[in-house]
Amino acid sequence: MSDAAARPSDLSAQSQTHDPYRLGRRGGQGGGSDRRDATGRGEGGPASKRVTVAYGFWIFLLSDIVMFSGFFAAYAVLAGQTAGGPTGRELFEVRRVAIETACLLASSFTCGMGSVAAARRNMAWTQISLLVTGLLGFLFIVMEVQEFATMIGEGAGPQRSAFLSGFFALVGCHGLHVSVGLLWLGTMMAQIWVKGFTPPIQRRLLCFNLFWHALDIIWVALFTIVYLLGAGQ
Amino acid sequence: MLGKLSWAAIPFSQPIPLVAAAVVGAGLLAVIGWVVIKGYLPYLWKEWITSVDHKRVGIMYMILAMAMLVRGFIDAIMMRTHQAMAMGEHQGYLPPEHYDQIFSAHGTIMIFFGAMPLVIGLMNFVLPLQLGVRDVAFPTLNSTSFWLTATGALLCNVSLVIGEFARTGWLPYAPLSETTYSPGVGVDYYLWAIQISGVGTLMSGVNLVTTILKMRAPGMGYFRMPMFCWTALGSNMLIVAAFPILTATLAMLTLDRYLGFHFFTNDAGGNPMMFMNLIWSWGHPEVYILILPAFGIFSEVFSTFSGKPLFGYRSMVLATLFIVVVSFTVWLHHFFTMGAGGDVNAAFGIATSVIAVGTGVKVYNWLFTMYGGRIRFDTPMLWALGFMVTFVIGGMTGVLLAVPPADFLLHNSMFLVAHFHNVIIGGVVFGAFAGYTYWFPKAFGFRLDERWGKIAFWFTITGFVIVFGAFYVLGLEGMTRRLQRVPNLEWSGGVLVSAAGVGVMILGVAAQIMQLVVSIRNREALRDETGDPWDGRSLEWSTSSPPPPFNFAVLPDVHGQEVYWSIKQRAIEAQRMGETPQYETIHMPRNSPTGFITAFFATLIGFALIWHIWWLAGLGFVGAYATFVAFAWRDKEEYEIPAEEVARIDRARRDARQAWLARQGQPA
Repeated sequence: MSDAAARPSDLSAQSQTHDPYRLGRRGGQGGGSDRRDATGRGEGGPASKRVTVAYGFWIFLLSDIVMFSGFFAAYAVLAGQTAGGPTGRELFEVRRVAIETACLLASSFTCGMGSVAAARRNMAWTQISLLVTGLLGFLFIVMEVQEFATMIGEGAGPQRSAFLSGFFALVGCHGLHVSVGLLWLGTMMAQIWVKGFTPPIQRRLLCFNLFWHALDIIWVALFTIVYLLGAGQ
Repeated sequence: MLGKLSWAAIPFSQPIPLVAAAVVGAGLLAVIGWVVIKGYLPYLWKEWITSVDHKRVGIMYMILAMAMLVRGFIDAIMMRTHQAMAMGEHQGYLPPEHYDQIFSAHGTIMIFFGAMPLVIGLMNFVLPLQLGVRDVAFPTLNSTSFWLTATGALLCNVSLVIGEFARTGWLPYAPLSETTYSPGVGVDYYLWAIQISGVGTLMSGVNLVTTILKMRAPGMGYFRMPMFCWTALGSNMLIVAAFPILTATLAMLTLDRYLGFHFFTNDAGGNPMMFMNLIWSWGHPEVYILILPAFGIFSEVFSTFSGKPLFGYRSMVLATLFIVVVSFTVWLHHFFTMGAGGDVNAAFGIATSVIAVGTGVKVYNWLFTMYGGRIRFDTPMLWALGFMVTFVIGGMTGVLLAVPPADFLLHNSMFLVAHFHNVIIGGVVFGAFAGYTYWFPKAFGFRLDERWGKIAFWFTITGFVIVFGAFYVLGLEGMTRRLQRVPNLEWSGGVLVSAAGVGVMILGVAAQIMQLVVSIRNREALRDETGDPWDGRSLEWSTSSPPPPFNFAVLPDVHGQEVYWSIKQRAIEAQRMGETPQYETIHMPRNSPTGFITAFFATLIGFALIWHIWWLAGLGFVGAYATFVAFAWRDKEEYEIPAEEVARIDRARRDARQAWLARQGQPA
């Protein structure tokens, strides 16, 4: 492989040192340009571990979103099948769900703060940000469980109708993801505390950030399609 | 304490499963006993069970697949012989509830634990070697994927003796699979076995997509990858996009069965047809997940054994990606009879016919690859040629079934059964056998016996044509699938012919096993010294057989397509090898028992959930979590292979090559 510096190119020396993955530039892969020396994308050889891990986790998140789309599709098919039971309009309390949404979105912000702090290797701020993230997530789960318990208490459990089956499965699946995220978060906080900011932990933190933001995206879709459309009908 | 589990779960009244289970159990105990007494256990644990080497994981996948192929084939023999004995007044030897379990288990095992591990095993073994790298992107995850697949296979086979298996076919159609109509544990066995192995498959898909897109040797641009890498990329992208739908669908059925939800029930607004739509929007891409890697294997085999580069490389890539996309738009052809209406059926019928264009492009490319080449008829090439003939027939019957009016007549008939066996055996299984004989010398350092290989090929293809030829005729005569009794004696001729055909296929399987035994016995004579037994063209043949743990002492520098072929030609011309490279210390991932332990707890979880033993399931989850934490807590992830050791290993390879080169130089 020829040395990148030996080849004159359309790029300034600065971008070569600061943009090894040539983000947002043409010629990264295949096609007309002869400059293909970014790792993982052509002549540069295997990508670094950080890139590989984050990339692989992205692919996993895509698959997770496909799984959610299965539950969304089922909910869309069954939304009208109330079998004489209560409808979304009668059941959904948009105020409570708005507070849940606020909690989750705020937790995404603090999660991002955590990754900024971790990049600066600031233990106190990392732990505080992650703790707030976890507490907001926990609050979200508590409110969701309360909502479920109230509905089941009123005889509007998942066994009542196909609409409610679709609702509990879709919202519950998201809740399960958040709960698993909390378990992951707690474990990771302990690990950062004991081991400090080692490269594997930095990579896991990156993955957790991706995971937590993806759950936000799914929740936004869920809030719109299930709660706003459901309460409006 | 033990949920629904009691002594009543063991079928003492049915001798067939009991005897079968006793034989399998005794065989397993004998193997384990032999391993322990001979003292192989530490070796097995250190070198295989905890191995994260993609080559070892790939080989274990293949062993699992071969065992499950035999298991599924025994089911097939039982079905054929039973039907031959259950015509007119005769009852055969399998009661209906048992026969239904057998055809369900046959399909489930063959697809999920036979065909899938075959293609995933081959991809695992070959991809990093072809891409010129040292391992897959996530080695420990890879081992976990394998062991989760093995868990699924284990649960599926446990149902033979504890409880029962599903009687609902290889896809548990609702509402038949709901508790109202299937109250037993059979469907639960199916659900948890597939769900657990499905997680393994999904992780393996994520892993291999990342490997192909992010882990390639320097210079290995996308259009320099061997064709197998491209089709594997297509297949794994389909896994990532389709398997989550299976997970979601089976989760919904599980919720219906365990918690009384109403996704697919008849009452309370449930929609059984939604199950068909969801399951087939995974199920149709699934057949392309299986066949695409086989297409890649055939591309490698045709090119190698014709001594020519693959014809139409770019059109092959395009055809592959075309199939990947269009495979998501055809699922409704599995139930044209649902009554979606003429317009919907026409749209899906046309899409289904169109997808055959992509395959047609491939077939012509393979033909032109052979044209003008110097063809060698070794066993892998025979499988490839056998594929070409049978698969075209299977493809054309597929296009016939894609015409909705024809499908209304042939739906659920033996014609359909003949069609999908025609493409899956003639495509996937022949492809896997071609790949198995082709890459076996790379994996073990010696070739498979050619004579037995050819015998196996001819028996298998002959038996295959007899069985499924008879099925086509039976289907056109109106015989439906899954018949426990054959009431119409006009079908008896075809049923008997297909039973005879299975007899020929048994000889094929026996010859295949003989081939392995004979080859292991004659391994010194069959030794592959150079690492390039077939005069290969891609990078896996540039390293020794079997490859060292790090695959390549120095990562290859890729210029152009078929990089190994051009290096080889240059070496022959110059009569010497390239310069001795500068060796460096290599870091490789350490072995880890994480995969095996996770699978152990997954087995506990699956079994406990099937039998409603809630505390055991909880224990399993805690154990799996503890395993993850222990893995995340470890400090040393890699071990070092010093530069001198790398140099020593590579010197042996270079010496063998040098000797080979000297032989090439001498006049014949």
